[in-house]
Amino acid sequence: MSSLEKEAVVSRRPLGASIARWFGKNLIRIYMALAFVYLFIPVAYTFVFSFNDSGKSNITWQGFTFEKWLNPCGAPRVCEALGNSIKIGLLATIFSTILGTLIAFAIGRYLFKGRSASNLLIFLPMATPEIVLGASILSLFLVLQINPGFWPTVIAHVVFCVSFVVVTVKARIASLDPKLEQAAMDLYANEFQTFRRVTLPLVAPGIAAAALLAFSLSFDDFIITNFNSGTVTTFPKFIYGAAARGIPAQANVIASAVFFLALALVIIGQVVSRKRKVS
Amino acid sequence: MKKIRTPYLLLLPGFAFLLTFFIFPILSLAQVSTATPISGGDIGEFEQTFRFRNYLEAFLDSREHFGRSLLYALLATLIALLISYPLAYALAFKSGKYKNVLLVLVVAPFFTSFLLRTVAWKQILGEEGFVVPTLRNLGLLSDTATITSTAGAVILGMAYNFLPFMTLPLYASIDRIDPRTLEASGDLYANGFTTFRRVTLPLSMPGVVAGTLLTFIPAAGDYVNAELLGGPNNSMIGNVIQSRFLIPDYPTTSALSFTLMAAILIIVVVYIRKAGTDEVV
Repeated sequence: MSSLEKEAVVSRRPLGASIARWFGKNLIRIYMALAFVYLFIPVAYTFVFSFNDSGKSNITWQGFTFEKWLNPCGAPRVCEALGNSIKIGLLATIFSTILGTLIAFAIGRYLFKGRSASNLLIFLPMATPEIVLGASILSLFLVLQINPGFWPTVIAHVVFCVSFVVVTVKARIASLDPKLEQAAMDLYANEFQTFRRVTLPLVAPGIAAAALLAFSLSFDDFIITNFNSGTVTTFPKFIYGAAARGIPAQANVIASAVFFLALALVIIGQVVSRKRKVS
Repeated sequence: MKKIRTPYLLLLPGFAFLLTFFIFPILSLAQVSTATPISGGDIGEFEQTFRFRNYLEAFLDSREHFGRSLLYALLATLIALLISYPLAYALAFKSGKYKNVLLVLVVAPFFTSFLLRTVAWKQILGEEGFVVPTLRNLGLLSDTATITSTAGAVILGMAYNFLPFMTLPLYASIDRIDPRTLEASGDLYANGFTTFRRVTLPLSMPGVVAGTLLTFIPAAGDYVNAELLGGPNNSMIGNVIQSRFLIPDYPTTSALSFTLMAAILIIVVVYIRKAGTDEVV
């Protein structure tokens, strides 16, 4: 077969075959796109229905309105619940980030007796189903005759956030180049100066990521909160309570706003860290 | 001397906290699990009588729920793995300069409250959504059949809600694979499938183990998906624990919690042994 004939064969190949070839080559990208569609369907639905001109329940489309966005606290108690979630989330984040970072430095930096037992103690809360964790912490409060409420919820959130902080910060510590610290020591920095001027700034992005993770875990928690919060309503508890009789569109507004805020924070974080790398 | 003490000082506050609010509660749960109601006492008052029959009775009363929990959690984990593995692979090897953006997009849906997203699925797939009428018009769904209130809806709901716990560890371990090992496999005349089975999959096993555990454990104890997306025949052990707790029947709640935790720990230990990796954390 001459090269000319070969070309003719190639060009004569039916359209169907080249489409099939394109699909074969890009199969995994198509799969990825479909996975993203699946991931975002409920997010898009929540966002669209935040513009629904609905009454108490928000199930069928009633028409477009901006009213819920202009008045997000319009539904009774929704902003009170949001405020509680933010307060509990911030406190749980502060405590769990401090405790978890200290543990991460101990496990990530030192070889000591009981290190593997420490790893196990960190793993256990993650391996405990939330419902067991929630019930057990409440049983302690009941034994101590402490009523469930705001602070018991904060404490319960710290329990499950600490392990995630340890794992995140430990990963960052493990990826550090020990030569940088040795260099600081060689330049006559003492242990404390080395830690403050070299180690801590290098680990800081890991600590920030851990704090963000802790806040989002606490903010979105329902099962453990439901056991330990008593009469205090958080945002997830509000939605759960409203699910039976109809969730007001204001909840969609708040959830969508939180979504865009978190997305903006993460993108800003990425841009900042990239700029730092460049300069 | 000082150097030896440092790690213990660093551990002290965190471990004192975990001892008080994690280990101690688990022990107090054990204490309550063998208690019985005080005769003539108020509702919710119990005394320790070391009645280990509580466990047997609690388990026999809700063995169906236990079975359902483990089965649903297993299926949800498998579905999450099937969705996540190609996704994580594409993120690691096929996303080029958009890697970071796409990675943010994987996590982004989870910035919206998980309860609202579950309610959204319930409404999309429910009687008043557009999916059910469309499928009925096409004759793909009979007039009496529903999508919500079924086992499938509960399982898919859990697979959806716990997906990032699967995708992120998978991505982390696939991303660490040196693409040259895959090229080498091709150079040695392995086809795509053989390369995947003999090179990619074994190298990504730590991610598979971590991801399946992080999905299976919360799924087995979940009750929110069963409550919102399931019907009366789909309730799981979490629903029983929750409803017993509200009575309040603390001994049964505690006995069921312990049985669930023991079942999960046995499965986890056997699974880690079989999968041959101890790098879970």
